[in-house]
Amino acid sequence: MKLRLSTGPHLVNRESTQTLMLDVLIALVPTTAAGIYLFGTKAAWVLAVAVISAVVCEYLFQKLARRPVRVMDLSAVVTGLILGLNLPAEAPLWLPAIGSAIAIILVKELFGGIGHNFMNPALLARGILLASWPARMSVYHLPARVLGVTEVVPAGADVISAATPLIRPGGYQMYDLLMGNIPGTIGEVCKIAILIGFLYMLFVGTIRWHIPVIFVGTVALMTWVMGGDPLRSVLSGGLLFGAVFMATDYVTNPMLKVGQVIFAIGCGVLVSVIRMTKAFPEGVTYAILLMNILTPLIDRWTSRRVYGMVKKHA
Amino acid sequence: MRGVFVNGIINENPIFRLVLGVCPVLAATTSATNGLGMGLAASFVLLGSNIVISLLRNLIPDKVRIPAFIVVISTFVTIVQLLMQAFVPALYEALGLFIPLIVVNCIILARAEAFASKNSLFLAASDGLGMGMGFTLGLILIGSVRELLGNGTIFGTALFGASFEPMLLAVMAPGGFIIFGLLLGIVNAISNKLSTRKGV
Amino acid sequence: MELTLTNFLLFMVNCILTNNFIFSRYLGCCPFLGVSSKVETATGMGLAVTFVMALASLFTYLVYHYILVPLQLTYLITISFILVIASLVQFVEMFMKKSMPALYNALGIYLPLITTNCAVLGATILNIDNSYNLLWSVLNGVFGALGFLLAIVLMAGVRERLEASNIPKSFKGFPISLVVAGLMSVAFLGFAGLGKM
Repeated sequence: MKLRLSTGPHLVNRESTQTLMLDVLIALVPTTAAGIYLFGTKAAWVLAVAVISAVVCEYLFQKLARRPVRVMDLSAVVTGLILGLNLPAEAPLWLPAIGSAIAIILVKELFGGIGHNFMNPALLARGILLASWPARMSVYHLPARVLGVTEVVPAGADVISAATPLIRPGGYQMYDLLMGNIPGTIGEVCKIAILIGFLYMLFVGTIRWHIPVIFVGTVALMTWVMGGDPLRSVLSGGLLFGAVFMATDYVTNPMLKVGQVIFAIGCGVLVSVIRMTKAFPEGVTYAILLMNILTPLIDRWTSRRVYGMVKKHA
Repeated sequence: MRGVFVNGIINENPIFRLVLGVCPVLAATTSATNGLGMGLAASFVLLGSNIVISLLRNLIPDKVRIPAFIVVISTFVTIVQLLMQAFVPALYEALGLFIPLIVVNCIILARAEAFASKNSLFLAASDGLGMGMGFTLGLILIGSVRELLGNGTIFGTALFGASFEPMLLAVMAPGGFIIFGLLLGIVNAISNKLSTRKGV
Repeated sequence: MELTLTNFLLFMVNCILTNNFIFSRYLGCCPFLGVSSKVETATGMGLAVTFVMALASLFTYLVYHYILVPLQLTYLITISFILVIASLVQFVEMFMKKSMPALYNALGIYLPLITTNCAVLGATILNIDNSYNLLWSVLNGVFGALGFLLAIVLMAGVRERLEASNIPKSFKGFPISLVVAGLMSVAFLGFAGLGKM
C-alpha cells in the first residue's frame, strides 16, 4: 500500500486553477456571445486575437525564462478574453495583440506569474492602451444588430468618440441599456449577459456577492445623493462588467472580508468622483487599478493580530 | 587614466550600473535630443566640479566638505543654466526644471565625495569625463527608445512611414518609468550572461 | 490666486493627485526607489520630507523676494536655494537630535539625504516659476510633499508584497521597482482631469 506523506490540511478538493478559470470562462460566455451578436465578426476577431496573443506570449515567456509552462491553467485565456471584451469592436487587430502581450508579459509574468501580479493585467493593459492610442480606443459604433429589434442599424450610423452612453444620457431607453443596443466596448454593453454570468459564478462559488454588490451599490448611492438617476448610472458604461469580472480577481483584492468591503467602497467612490468631474466619461478602469495599488496597505491595516508575537516596545 | 575613463562608461555606468541620478533620466529622455542635451550639460558640471574639487581637496576642511562641494557644483550649474538660456533656448525650455536640478543629481555629489576629493587632478578629470560620457550615452539610449516608440522619430527624423501610430505613453511619465525599468533589466540580463561566460 | 475654499481644495487635489510629484513630475525618485522597501521607513521619510519642504518653501521664498530680487541677483537662485535647503536640513537635524531623539534615531541617515532630494529643490523653484505668493508657496511645498508621501507609502506596500514573488533575477531590485512605479503611474492617470484650476 502506498502511504502518502503530507502535511495538513488534508482536504481533497476538485478545485484547481484550471477549474476556477473554466468557471470564469463559462460565466463569460453570455457576454461574449452577446458581444459578437451585437457587433458582428469584427468583434469575434478582436476577441480571438486577444486570446491567442495572450496564450502565445505566456508560452513564450515561460519557455524563455525556463519556467514550467502553465498555459493549460487557462488563466491566460481568461486575461486575453477579458481584455478583448474591454476593447471597442472597431479596434485594429494590432491593438488586442499588443494589449495582451503587455498584460501577460509586463504585468503578470515579469512579476512571477500567476498569483504574483499586484494589479489586474487586463485592466492595466487597457489603461496603457487608452493612454497610448486614445483615438483608437475611444471610437464606438452602435451595434450592427440590435437585440429585440428586427431592423438592422448600419454600423456607421451612430459614432461616438469617447465611449458609452454617459455622453448622451437622455438618448437611450432603459431597455437599450439592459440589452446592449448602445455604443460601448464589446463586453460591457449587454448588462443582462453580465448578470447571467454573475449569477453563474455565485452559484458555483467562484466569487462571493459582496464586492460587486457593494461596489455597484456605492456608485448608485453616490449618484442618488448627487441628484442623478442611480439605476441609469449603474447600467451605463463598464461599471457592471468591471464590478463583476475585474474587481473580483482574488489576486489583486484584499484577503479578508473587511478589506474587501473597504476595497469595494473605495472603487465605488473613485468611480463616482471620476465620473463626476467628467475627466473621462468612464472611470471604472482607473478606480479598480487605484484600489489594486491600495490593496497591500488595506491588508496590512485589516490583518488580525497574531497571538504569541512579542511586541516591539517591551 | 584610461582605465578610469572607461570605467565610467561601462563598468560603473551611472545610469545602468550605479543607478544614480534617476530623476533627470526619466525627465530628460522624452527624445534623443533632450537626452543628449541633458547629458552634455550634466557632463560639463561633473567635469568642472570634479576638477575644482580635486584641486582644492587639500584645502577644504573635512567638516564643511559637503557644503563646499555643493557651492562648487551649484556654481557650475548656474554657469550651464545661463549658457543654455543664451545659446540653446529651445533645449533650455524643453529640459526646464531639471537643469537647475542637476545640482542635486546624486552622481555629481557622489563622484565628488567618492573620487574627486581623494584623487589627483588628471584622475578626477578622467573620472568626470568617463562618468559624464556614460551618463550621456545612457540618456541617448533611453531617449532614442522613447522617441522611437512615442513619436516614430529619432533625433527629429522620422524613421517609420505615416502609417505608424506612435505609442503616446512612451513619452509620458508612466512610459518613462516602464521603459527605463525594462532596459535596466535587459542590461542586467546581458551583463549576467557575459559574466557567466567569462567565468567571473 | 485668492484663497477660497474651492481654490484650496482644487490646489490640494492638483498637487497630491493630478500632478503627483513622483508619478507625474518625476521629482523625488531617488529616495522613492531607495527608501520604499518598508512601510514604516517610507512613512518616516515622507513625513520628514513634508516638514522640510514646508520650511524650505517658506525660507526660499523670503530669500528670493527679500534678498535676490532687491539686489538683482536672481540668477543666483540655484546656489542660494540649495544652500538654504542644506542649512535647513542641518538645523533640523541638530534640533531633532536634542529635542526628539527617538525620531532622530528612527530616521537615521535618511535625514541628511533630504538635501539631495530633487523634490525639495524642485518644489522651491516651481514656487518661483509659478509666481506663487507666500501662502501658496508653502502650500505647494506641503501638498507636494504629501503627494510624495502617498506615493512612497503605496510603493512600500507593494514592494513588501513583492518580496514573496518570483521575479527574474536580472529584474530584481531597481528594474522591477521602476516598472512598478510606471504601472502605478498609469493608474494615477485617472486623476488627470481632477483639480482643474
